[in-house]
Amino acid sequence: MSTVFLYGLVALLFIISWFKDPQKSKKALKIGWKSFSKLIPTLIPVMVGIGIILSLLNPEAVSVILGEKSGVLGMLLGIFIGSVAFMPGFVAFPLGATLLSHGAGYPQIAGFVSSLMAVGIVSLSAEIKYFGKKSAILRNLTALVAVFIFVLIVWGVGL
Amino acid sequence: MKLFKTHLYAILVVLLLILLIIFKPDVGMKALDLSASNFMDMFSVLPPIMLLIGLLDVWIPKEVMIKYLGEKSGLKGIGIVFLLGALAAGPLYAAFPVAAILLKKNARIANVLFFLGVWSTAKLPLVMFEYTSFGGKFTVIHIVSNLTVFLIGAYALEKSLSPAKKEEIYRISSSMVN
Repeated sequence: MSTVFLYGLVALLFIISWFKDPQKSKKALKIGWKSFSKLIPTLIPVMVGIGIILSLLNPEAVSVILGEKSGVLGMLLGIFIGSVAFMPGFVAFPLGATLLSHGAGYPQIAGFVSSLMAVGIVSLSAEIKYFGKKSAILRNLTALVAVFIFVLIVWGVGL
Repeated sequence: MKLFKTHLYAILVVLLLILLIIFKPDVGMKALDLSASNFMDMFSVLPPIMLLIGLLDVWIPKEVMIKYLGEKSGLKGIGIVFLLGALAAGPLYAAFPVAAILLKKNARIANVLFFLGVWSTAKLPLVMFEYTSFGGKFTVIHIVSNLTVFLIGAYALEKSLSPAKKEEIYRISSSMVN
C-alpha cells in the first residue's frame, strides 16, 4: 500500500520537475542513481545475513526464550535478538502478537519489537558509512537506552 | 581487487548461504527465501526514495533547508523532522540517505538524529499496525518513551561532538549523496 503511494508520489514529483526543468531532472536522476549504487554494496551482506539469522530463529524457539517466566534474562535476550535481527514492522508485529499468544511476556516482546525498530547492529556498517563511526554508534546506544526505558515501564505497569 | 574488497562481506555471507544450502538444506532454503524477500522489500522502497533525494538535491536550495532545519530552526525544525519521519515509509536503512541529503543541505545534526529516531519508531502506518497488534497502552508507552529519549539523545549527542567532528559528519554524509 505505502509502496504504491510512495512510487506514485515520487513519479508525480518527477513529472512536475521534468516540465519545469528537464536538465535539473536529469541531474536528479543521476544523483539518485549514484546514491543508490553507493548504498547497495553495504546492504547486500545485510540482506543475506538477516535471511540466515531469521532462518535459524523460528517462532516456537523465540517464544520459549521470551516466555512469561523468562524474567530479566528473557527481556535482555529479547533486546539482543531485536538488535541483531531485522525485519519490516508488518512482519514483526504479527510475529510479536503470535509470540504473546504462545506465552511470551509483554516486557520481553516490548524489548524485542522496539529494539528491532530502532537498533540496527547489522545495518551499523551502512550507518557508519553515512555518519561516521562515533555518531552511528552513539545513535544506536541512545536507541538502546530508549528500549531499556520502554521495557522497564512496560514491566513496571504490569502489562 | 578493489571490487573484491568492497564486496568482501557480500561474498562471505553468500558463501555461508551456499554452505547452508548444501549441508543443511532445510535451513539453507529458508534462509534463501528470507534473503530473497529482504531484497524484494529493499527494491520496493529504495528506488523512489533515491529519486526523491535527487529531486531534493536539485530543487531545495541550501538557504531554505538552513531556514527550516538549520542551527537556528528551534521548535519549528523539530516539528518538521517529526512530520518527515512520521510520514515516512520503509526500513531504517532507507532513512540514512534521506538523512544524508538533509545534512548535505546543512540541516542541524540534532534535527537529523531526531528524524532518524522518529523514522525508526513512529512511522504512521506502522503505529496503527502496532496499535492493532499490541493494544493502545503498549503503543502509547512505546512511542512516548522512545521519542522522549530520542529527542534528548539527539541534542546530547550533538553536544558531545567537537566542531571538527561535526564538520567530518557533514563531509562524509554529503559524499554519500552526490
